Amino acid sequence: MQALYAQLLVGLINGSFYALLSLGLAVIFGMLNIINFAHGALYMMGAFCAYFLLHLTGIGYWWALIIAPIVVGIFGMILERTMLQWLAGLDHLYGLLLTFGIALIVQGVFQNYFGSSGLPYAIPDYPEIGGFRGLQGGMNLGFMFLPVYRGWVVVFSLVVCIATWFLIEKTRLGAYLRAATENPTLVRAFGINVPRMITLTYGLGVGLAALAGVLSAPINQVRPLMGADLIIVVFAVVVIGGMGSIMGSIITGFALGVIEGLTKYFYPEASNTVVFVLMVLVLLVKPTGLTGRAA
Amino acid sequence: MSALTDDTLPVTPRAMRDEMMVFAAMAVLLGLVPTTGIYPFFVMQALCFALLACAFNLLIGYGGLLSFGHAMFLGTAGYCSAHALKVWGLSPELGILVGVAGAAALSVITGFISIRRQGIYFSMITLALSQLLYFIYLQAPFTHGEDGIQGIPQGHLFGIFNLAQPTVLYYVVLAGFLGGFLLIYRTINSPFGEVLKAIRENEPRAISLGYKTDQYKLLAFILSGTIAGFAGSLKVFVAQNASLTDVHWTMSGEIVLMTLVGGLGTVFGPVVGAFVIIAMQQYLAGFGQWVTVIQGVIFVACVLTFRRGIIGEIAHYFRRSL
Amino acid sequence: MKHRISSLVLGTALALAAGNAVAQDKTVKIGVLTDNSGLYSDLGGAGSTLAAQMAVEDSGLAAKGWKIDIVSADHQNKPDIATTIARQWIDVEKVDIFMDVLNSGVALAVNNLVKEKNSVMINTGAATSDLTNAQCSPNTIHWVYDTYMLANSTGQALVKAGGDTWYFLTADYAFGHALERDTTAVVVKSGGKVIGGVKHPLNSSDFSSFLLQAQASKAKIIGMANAGGDTTNTIKQASEFGIVAGGQKLAGLLLFITDVHSLGLKVAQGLNFTETFYWDLNDGTRAFSKRFSERTKNKAMPSMVQAGVYSGLVHYFKTLDAMGGNPHDGVKVVAKMKELPTDDALFGKGTIRADGRKIHPAYLFEVKKPSESKGPWDYYKLIGTTPGEQAFRPLSESACPLVKK
Repeated sequence: MQALYAQLLVGLINGSFYALLSLGLAVIFGMLNIINFAHGALYMMGAFCAYFLLHLTGIGYWWALIIAPIVVGIFGMILERTMLQWLAGLDHLYGLLLTFGIALIVQGVFQNYFGSSGLPYAIPDYPEIGGFRGLQGGMNLGFMFLPVYRGWVVVFSLVVCIATWFLIEKTRLGAYLRAATENPTLVRAFGINVPRMITLTYGLGVGLAALAGVLSAPINQVRPLMGADLIIVVFAVVVIGGMGSIMGSIITGFALGVIEGLTKYFYPEASNTVVFVLMVLVLLVKPTGLTGRAA
Repeated sequence: MSALTDDTLPVTPRAMRDEMMVFAAMAVLLGLVPTTGIYPFFVMQALCFALLACAFNLLIGYGGLLSFGHAMFLGTAGYCSAHALKVWGLSPELGILVGVAGAAALSVITGFISIRRQGIYFSMITLALSQLLYFIYLQAPFTHGEDGIQGIPQGHLFGIFNLAQPTVLYYVVLAGFLGGFLLIYRTINSPFGEVLKAIRENEPRAISLGYKTDQYKLLAFILSGTIAGFAGSLKVFVAQNASLTDVHWTMSGEIVLMTLVGGLGTVFGPVVGAFVIIAMQQYLAGFGQWVTVIQGVIFVACVLTFRRGIIGEIAHYFRRSL
Repeated sequence: MKHRISSLVLGTALALAAGNAVAQDKTVKIGVLTDNSGLYSDLGGAGSTLAAQMAVEDSGLAAKGWKIDIVSADHQNKPDIATTIARQWIDVEKVDIFMDVLNSGVALAVNNLVKEKNSVMINTGAATSDLTNAQCSPNTIHWVYDTYMLANSTGQALVKAGGDTWYFLTADYAFGHALERDTTAVVVKSGGKVIGGVKHPLNSSDFSSFLLQAQASKAKIIGMANAGGDTTNTIKQASEFGIVAGGQKLAGLLLFITDVHSLGLKVAQGLNFTETFYWDLNDGTRAFSKRFSERTKNKAMPSMVQAGVYSGLVHYFKTLDAMGGNPHDGVKVVAKMKELPTDDALFGKGTIRADGRKIHPAYLFEVKKPSESKGPWDYYKLIGTTPGEQAFRPLSESACPLVKK
């Protein structure tokens, strides 16, 4: 039973990454109506950005949490301005193809310069609070040894997810965003710069991916292909949840992480396929996804 | 939403005649390859991928369905054929049959699941399904995981043609390619193909006209998957191995790229695209990972400036359908 | 009629001339087929090509009238692409010998082709012990290491050192299963006990739940029957969960110096695993490695795969020199290579067995603590040596048809 609690907690940690990534996808999809295939590559860029900040300029983890999403977000906005924007009015599948191409380029370039085996990134060891050195070490919860960093990932991503939800669902800016999705012409008539909003939204979604990248850097090796396979799982998560609502994608992300964690305990052989199998089941029962509207 | 392809030119007898002439020219040119000293294995490989891309094109170009998991049919048929040939010791024709049957069965199942959603969702679902299959093949004992099935015997087709001879093998592969190509061509120009195009253009209207669009889409999916499987079975004889590469999502991406470069929804585009991409991979093999980057650049360039693809642009210039 | 006779005479003369030329043919083309860009590019890649170049330069054959060319290509870890390149190399470019060929899937595919075309392969990169077992070939020599040897050496030495209870983290595919099976056999034979194990999917990014299970098992040794990114991620996350600090030991069954380099000593310290080459073993290895690292992009020390390329070619050149020319006949060359004893600065004295297995000692290393390391690439402590005769699969257990019983 104790082991089960531990696995649930571990599942929640993975769920945090799914939630952050599928949230970013949902935000972008809501506004631009494209599926961002480059999401995995941008997640990887976030992790690399943290690595560069530390090893080239000495800027540590805490600042990287802020700087990396901004840098990668700006990169995303440049992509949107220079390329994605030209696809307005075309079939959405072109957006998928374009971002797939971008993902290949980004991953290929990083692979050329940094190989595939990955670069190390240490868990931050500052500030010192109480007996803890930064986020290093762990604590004994009775049923498991929880590394402090893992706990931090869950708490921090929950906060970010809820903040994003609040921003989009509860603020004036979010109201504009949602309105512009429904009827861009009308919103433009109110004097709001819709293209700029689209660019900013893309930047926000990309920034979320980069943030997830920074969060994962101390756990996983910083590798050029770290996002390549992950993005396919996240696609399945998105199909399961449907991209209708922000909250929906957050909850599905966390929930699937937990389910995957349980599978690792009860039947580890299926742990990398369970999300896909669930996707098939959901499609058979409710093709629009758990929270989705018809596409 | 504007359609993904813009061959709005009606199919006229003249267009049909043009296409048959191009087809004849292509068949003759390909038939002459062994006499030119061009390395036959390169062309054989390209032919397999060309057929694969044509099968993919049937879905996207005429059904409006962008499958991002077509590698699963290639790989499945490859594994089935390879297993039948090597472990069961079946003859080549039966080996091909087993492979094609495997791909057909798979396409029935995956088609049933994936056509429940359209557009981007369809792409994501096919991608996820192919990844699921990738993991299954990785763990299944008969595929030998990362080692793959190696050293597959080529044997004698129908007991007569010795496939270990490069020239014989070449003509067998060529015949397979031309046969598959004609089957797809025939489908596009049949009443079935017309309904598919109608669904692509406007699905609600097709439904209101009384067509059971899901059945049409499923049929197209099965046909496409089965022909893709046939290409996979042929490839087994050329490469003499079956490996995980053929089921991986990068392979699915390459299939999309080939068709995009040649021209989505054009008859000959996928063939040209396959040759271009395979040649590129051959000649750029020394550049390592830059091949991926170059492929990405081609993707981006095609989508931004060159959406009709090579054949599409040519056809557009001459106002012909090709 | 007259015309026909003259052409006949001319033909015979040409054939004779050609026959002479074969005997004295002193051209060799070496093909380095490796992963230049993917997961294993640090292990082989450009470094393997460099090692081949150094072998050519050091051989002194150019002064004896030999003309040696090197071509290299990236097989991208795809058996398809590898066989296409290999076929073209043999048919069009007339490549005589394949070096490196890492990745087991690629190696087995090329192995078949090399046999069919009567070429030569000295494999220094692939792990699969099948190359000298069921799939052995008169054209292939497996130079550096294989799964049987790794399991054997690591398993035996650790049980001897008191690690008598094992728990396995196994990559869930053929390779991982084989490693686990071989190691289990050795552990049991040496008097240890396997108390459990968990199979994880290939390319997992998250090992925490598997590590928790390993931790709960209380086994003294956690054996990692996986490779590449899976192994490095396991190690990294094990340090996060305080597994080594809690008294359990991690044993890598397939790990390279490049992995330790990428992990950093802080995370990798205390790891045990086997290699057959380390740059800091003796004066010979140090001298070679110093020259090698000066010529690499990032001053990297050679991996055992790259060292194997050098060592294999040294022996190949010695054989060709002894034969007086290149017969362009794979079986013949390999047979001669098996006859001659091997000796070079990197792997010492050794032999090549009938099944194509190169025999040399295996070394069990422990990764140093950061405080023990004197500088970059100073990573290993030697804690045990298994003599070559005991390290590899004995011929009596071999399923290779080349072995006469």
